[in-house]
Amino acid sequence: MPFISNTTEQREQMLAEMGLTMEELFGDIPPELMCDSFNLPAGLTEQQVRNRLAELAGKNSINLTLFLGGGFYDHFIPAAVYSLISRSEFYTAYTPYQSELSQGTLQAVYEYQSMICRLSGMEAANASLYDGGTAMYEAMMMALRITGRNKVIIDDSVNPIYRVMIHSYTSNLNIELDETHCTNGLIDRKQILRRLDDETAAVIVQNPNFFGCIDDFSDIAEAVHKKGALLVVSCYPISLGILKTPGAMGADIVTGEGQCLGMPMSFGGPYLGFMATRMKYIRKMPGRIVGQTTDRQNRRSFVMTLQAREQHIRRQKATSNICSNEALCALTALVYLSLLGKQGLRETAQLCADKASYAYKRLTAIPGVQPHFRAKWFFNEFVLDLPTGAADVIAKLIEKGFAAGFPLGRYYDNMESSILICVTEKRTKQQIGMLAEALESVL
Amino acid sequence: MKLIFEKSVPERRAVRTVKSDVPTTINIKKELLRDKPAELPELSELDVVRHFTELSRRNFGLDTNFYPLGSCTMKYNPKVAERIASYPGFAHLHPLLPQLRMGGMLTQGALAVLYEMDLLLRQITGMAGFTMQPMAGAHGELTGIMIMAAYHADRGNKKTTVLIPDSAHGTNPASAAIAGYNVLSVPSDDTGVMDVNALKKMLNDKVAGLMLTCPNTLGLFNPHIREICDAIHGVDGLAYYDGANLNAIVGKARPADFGFDIVHINLHKTFATPHGGGGPGAGPVGVTEKLLDFLPISIVAKRNDGTYALRYDRPKSIGYVAPFYGNFAVILKAYVYTLMLGIEGLKRVAENAVLNANYIREKLKSHYRPAFDRICKHECVLSPSKKMLDAGVHAIDVAKALIDHGFHPPTVYFPAIVKEAMMIEPTETESKETLDAFIDAMIEIAKLTESDPERVKAAPVTTPVNRPDETAAARNLNVACL
Repeated sequence: MPFISNTTEQREQMLAEMGLTMEELFGDIPPELMCDSFNLPAGLTEQQVRNRLAELAGKNSINLTLFLGGGFYDHFIPAAVYSLISRSEFYTAYTPYQSELSQGTLQAVYEYQSMICRLSGMEAANASLYDGGTAMYEAMMMALRITGRNKVIIDDSVNPIYRVMIHSYTSNLNIELDETHCTNGLIDRKQILRRLDDETAAVIVQNPNFFGCIDDFSDIAEAVHKKGALLVVSCYPISLGILKTPGAMGADIVTGEGQCLGMPMSFGGPYLGFMATRMKYIRKMPGRIVGQTTDRQNRRSFVMTLQAREQHIRRQKATSNICSNEALCALTALVYLSLLGKQGLRETAQLCADKASYAYKRLTAIPGVQPHFRAKWFFNEFVLDLPTGAADVIAKLIEKGFAAGFPLGRYYDNMESSILICVTEKRTKQQIGMLAEALESVL
Repeated sequence: MKLIFEKSVPERRAVRTVKSDVPTTINIKKELLRDKPAELPELSELDVVRHFTELSRRNFGLDTNFYPLGSCTMKYNPKVAERIASYPGFAHLHPLLPQLRMGGMLTQGALAVLYEMDLLLRQITGMAGFTMQPMAGAHGELTGIMIMAAYHADRGNKKTTVLIPDSAHGTNPASAAIAGYNVLSVPSDDTGVMDVNALKKMLNDKVAGLMLTCPNTLGLFNPHIREICDAIHGVDGLAYYDGANLNAIVGKARPADFGFDIVHINLHKTFATPHGGGGPGAGPVGVTEKLLDFLPISIVAKRNDGTYALRYDRPKSIGYVAPFYGNFAVILKAYVYTLMLGIEGLKRVAENAVLNANYIREKLKSHYRPAFDRICKHECVLSPSKKMLDAGVHAIDVAKALIDHGFHPPTVYFPAIVKEAMMIEPTETESKETLDAFIDAMIEIAKLTESDPERVKAAPVTTPVNRPDETAAARNLNVACL
């Protein structure tokens, strides 16, 4: 049998030593609850399963030139990333409950937490959450716990996928979700300040926002703090290679999707939710946290710390129900950032911004193609208005070999002809030129 | 060992970025930029490779050591599944493609995997349909409780309470509480399973449902399970099956036949996907017919022409708990595993898992105190004998001593209802030779306790560190090198 070591003879021997039969080992399950008619196929060999899955993999289109982002990005991944995270001492380990034989995982988590703090300008990060959306939900719940309030303001320039998730999570809870509308691609400050009151637990914004526009939320942070609320900022970690950090803006909790840090897109997961905060809020933060300490011989050691916040100790009073997180994805991000290094991340971010601005210029030169927003600054995504429906144009460009962008009409009213275009460092001047030609030809 | 930041040398580089082939057309204004680059380490590729290789050698993994961590189902993770998940056709697939017009046709292979895995899980559990969205076991629990809440809201029920046995994993009460329910704990009876009579006394029309692991965290199957589920249904409550221990019955019995309405499965346990040092996992949730409408939105359907499509028009759905279709690569690995096992292989999983656990229990029961001296399922719970405890040797000391014998310790001090618990789950993939070596080590530790308890308490001596000070870690918090 696949993956089972014991032979029939060994099984017989073990049963004989115990004086039991296999039937007796299952004798505690009432016979009427046993099932003997599973409608399942016979097993396949490795060769058969590889052939079948190779065939299925071949039915997925991965040869499109991607200008599709929307929070999930096609960045270059150095070979050493996969090579290192494929060491099975890492990937076949469990959560590091036994610190002595998990120093590798534990130190890596500590270094990952440090990396996230250095990137975001914050003081304490957790060991990871599932994805950017659940990280935002957890940040919202954390803000509710810290403030003891139940109103949350979230701007509609935040990734609509995250907003839909937050609506789902809160539908059975007594939480007032107040959605503000951005104008010209940026948050409407007057609107947010008008809604901000003494009941507000948090204001949730994103930078760069879903449309790629860049902002500085320092003024909002100040206003939010005056009301005793918290500012939650979701961000795109690659952009932090050049952009002002949420920490410098005065954010209280920073979250985001870490997929861009060395993880393939893998049709939606596994990804990496990250979260960082101020030291003063660390005890309210969900998720595992690794701390540095010393052992009996005074050697530097790492352990999971502040476990009294967690479900396995605190049960229904825990800060979150999270147990398994995305540890291997956090390791991936750590290895990726270590390989890129200080200059590499800055250069990658700059390349993204430069190529996007070039593409913006090239594409807006096409007759009938207009920028949608007046906001002037964007990172590596921007919104264009097309003379006809964006969904149609995108479908036509797929036939020409491009995933040209995302049709915003899917999530926003009155944006049926708007397309969100993303350019990463992987795209070339030539590909951008070819996209421009293809777009012009289908309009 | 040095931190990666302490190895940094100014201007050293690993990855070189490409030279820009476009003119810079817009300079983002200075106020929006960071003052100085993020302080990432500056290292060569070899530096990075050496650092992480060294870290990896300071870890026990399943590939290096026997890992009988109770309730974690640390079975062998087939290499072929890793290989297949890295096929470019899966790894490089953008999740937003199906949201483009006709985009579903660009991802037919991936949608087929999701659809087929749903069908396989239905057969294995007896449920009517699954969502693949939940990204871990606890996430599945939360999703399941959200479905429970949606069901009651739809029926106009005013329910406030979820019942959970005292032996449950901590995630159960945490998940129910986060979903907005009060949690009441149901005691265990003197045979180690949830007390049916106590449960019946707690039932009233406020009860939204019950969350239960079966077999439970003591590895014991509750023979009254059908009666329990019926009683919950009697107050229009729902019975939730926590699939953490499904490995004990997979291919043998189905939670739907026990009377459960909602099931989550830990693909990173029963379906052999790697734990990754704490994730990623996947926790698909299955429901019976009457709850299908409430499942999260992204469900794959098969059209009459044999193609696959995502169905978005599902008005009663709880919405989205994940951005897309769950941890796809994990689901893919579990799919590969299930295809390879087939029905015969699955049956052998439960049989060998139960055989191995009972073998350990039988061989150790005269040296350690079994929590319950009867046939267990996939795991057994033992405690140090009175003699060992009198000598000052506790479960944690046995755990640390096992490390020096080259074994990952069992789960210790859980379930909390057993004093000094050591929860041992060998899984089906381990051989008799490995079990015998583990049993010998356990007996040797018990014997060493009699002659030299201090040596047991000094363990481990073979690891890079020895009993790090957790109290100091929490008191003098150092959670980042800034």
